[in-house]
Amino acid sequence: MKVLVAVKRVIDYNVKVRVKADNSGVDLTNIKMAMNPFCEIAVEEAVRLKEKGVASEIVVVSIGPKVAQEQVRTALALGADRGILIETDQEVQSLQAAKLLKAVVDEEQPQLVILGKQSIDSDNNQTGQMLAALAGMPQGTFASEVAVDGDKVNVTREVDGGLMTVALTLPAVVTTDLRLNEPRYASLPNIMKAKKKPLDMKSPADFGVELKASLTTLKVEEPPKRSAGIKVADIAELVDKLKNEAKVI
Amino acid sequence: MSILVIADHDNGSLKPVTLNVLSAAVAIGGDIDVLVAGEGCSAAAEAAASAEGVSKVLLADNAAYGHHLAENLSALVTDLGKGYGHILTSAATTGKDFLPRVAALLDVAQISDIIKVESADTFMRPIYAGNAIATVQSSDAIKVITVRGTAFDPVAAEGGSATVESLDNVQDAGSSSFVSEEMAKSDRPELTAAEIVVSGGRGMQNGDNFHMLEKVADKLGAAMGASRAAVDAGFVPNDMQVGQTGKIVAPNLYIAVGISGAIQHLAGMSGSKVIVAINKDEEAPIFQVADYGLVADLFEAVPELDAAL
Ligand SMILES: Cc1cc2nc3c(=O)[nH]c(=O)nc-3n(C[C@H](O)[C@H](O)[C@H](O)COP(=O)(O)OP(=O)(O)OC[C@H]3O[C@@H](n4cnc5c(N)ncnc54)[C@H](O)[C@@H]3O)c2cc1C
Repeated sequence: MKVLVAVKRVIDYNVKVRVKADNSGVDLTNIKMAMNPFCEIAVEEAVRLKEKGVASEIVVVSIGPKVAQEQVRTALALGADRGILIETDQEVQSLQAAKLLKAVVDEEQPQLVILGKQSIDSDNNQTGQMLAALAGMPQGTFASEVAVDGDKVNVTREVDGGLMTVALTLPAVVTTDLRLNEPRYASLPNIMKAKKKPLDMKSPADFGVELKASLTTLKVEEPPKRSAGIKVADIAELVDKLKNEAKVI
Repeated sequence: MSILVIADHDNGSLKPVTLNVLSAAVAIGGDIDVLVAGEGCSAAAEAAASAEGVSKVLLADNAAYGHHLAENLSALVTDLGKGYGHILTSAATTGKDFLPRVAALLDVAQISDIIKVESADTFMRPIYAGNAIATVQSSDAIKVITVRGTAFDPVAAEGGSATVESLDNVQDAGSSSFVSEEMAKSDRPELTAAEIVVSGGRGMQNGDNFHMLEKVADKLGAAMGASRAAVDAGFVPNDMQVGQTGKIVAPNLYIAVGISGAIQHLAGMSGSKVIVAINKDEEAPIFQVADYGLVADLFEAVPELDAAL
């Protein structure tokens, strides 16, 4: 079966962002960018399905600026077979991303679509669910285990109370949580091979999707700062402070 | 325009976070209806009817909604939601699962995890693991929103007298079904609602050592939390993860033991009133946000703390 994986170029998770002085957004100039960690987990899961003989082809798609080719190439180096980049320099909100991905689903007809549960920049946690709704597919969100079984997939989900397993009829959408797998690193030979794999450049207009956003960011601010408090010498002083100064125990 | 709040509940009882979501609805302003969709959930509906500020409770009691499957629940909420100006639910895993489907089916954006209502169309929400706070305005006719419960004080659980109206709207997509669940059983308070949280990280070294922390937690009536590293290593189950991609907590007291204080962890607990850090590395970033820091080996400090309480 064919698996479609969506990946996003975001700020590297180790970077602490700074808010711009004019409060128009965060400063991304000269900042290290990378594949969203949850998307790496999505690619890894697809590659494992292929290694198990469950998946026959892995198509990776990204939406973003031209440089997002880097993230598509990374996915190809990790084992995806072919890539699509829907190129745009505009801000793409979740609903528009979902509409573009729906158009790709219509074209590619995958049996399984795997996405990260959230991107670590906008922290929305929406696109996979929106895509599933638009494509009329069931969804297994926040997956920690994915088991394809004939025309069904069983997905174990990380939910607030623990774990919950659902059975979905294929085609279906899965969004990844942290414990689904531990992504591999791309080897040098595979990085070289990935340069020769096909990467299709598309535009939103090719899919007839207009990127009109209904959310406007009015301003972006620093969160209230917490300042470091004091160091206590021992447990006795700690308990005393908690009882008599902070009065929280 | 009126507001539809989708209640959080486990069929048997209403979850307290619903009262926090209602508080966000009150801040938006307008008539508030609450939907309780589940199976055998009439007690939860009665509880919602007595909450402050609720005009009407809609009860959809059917096996199709028993496990809150997103496919069925989103079809129901999309159907009902067309008549409302705002649709709100908590940013718990159920809301995160079904609500984006509703937004897509209504062809509107979703505003995730709001922490403040500026006006009926403008909201504040954290982005970049809480390192920035965005103020966003929506031009959509229906605003679809998840609410961060800890950011809103709850409305009163009692005093309301809303009517309960039963719906016979059954949406069963048939494409998903419940197989099984493994829910953590604990007599401790629920993590996101607890007054005190005791969390352990990779420094705990193994799951057995968490018993030390449990003893402290039980003396304090606290909930137990953990860092991602402790969950990934299998010391404790996933429902204990605090952070950007786990649970958001804001207790009166948060005690972090053997946790370094990565930005992703801070995103989940920096709203706590008082933070205590116990770590043997005096350079650990957790000390930059801790009100009281103790540089010590946790294997000595935690038993001492237990004895001192
Ligand atoms: C996409 C993504 C999402 C993430 N989401 C989350 C999230 O939601 N929540 C989260 O917590 N993390 C999250 N992380 C992981 C995060 O980046 C850190 O890796 C993690 O928080 C580290 O956990 P830790 O502090 O327990 O471990 P470490 O960073 O290894 O710290 C262990 C600490 O224990 C101390 N220690 C060790 N032994 C002792 C001892 N005997 N006595 C006292 N102190 C001791 C050490 O000094 C150290 O400071 C995420 C990462 C990514 C990439």
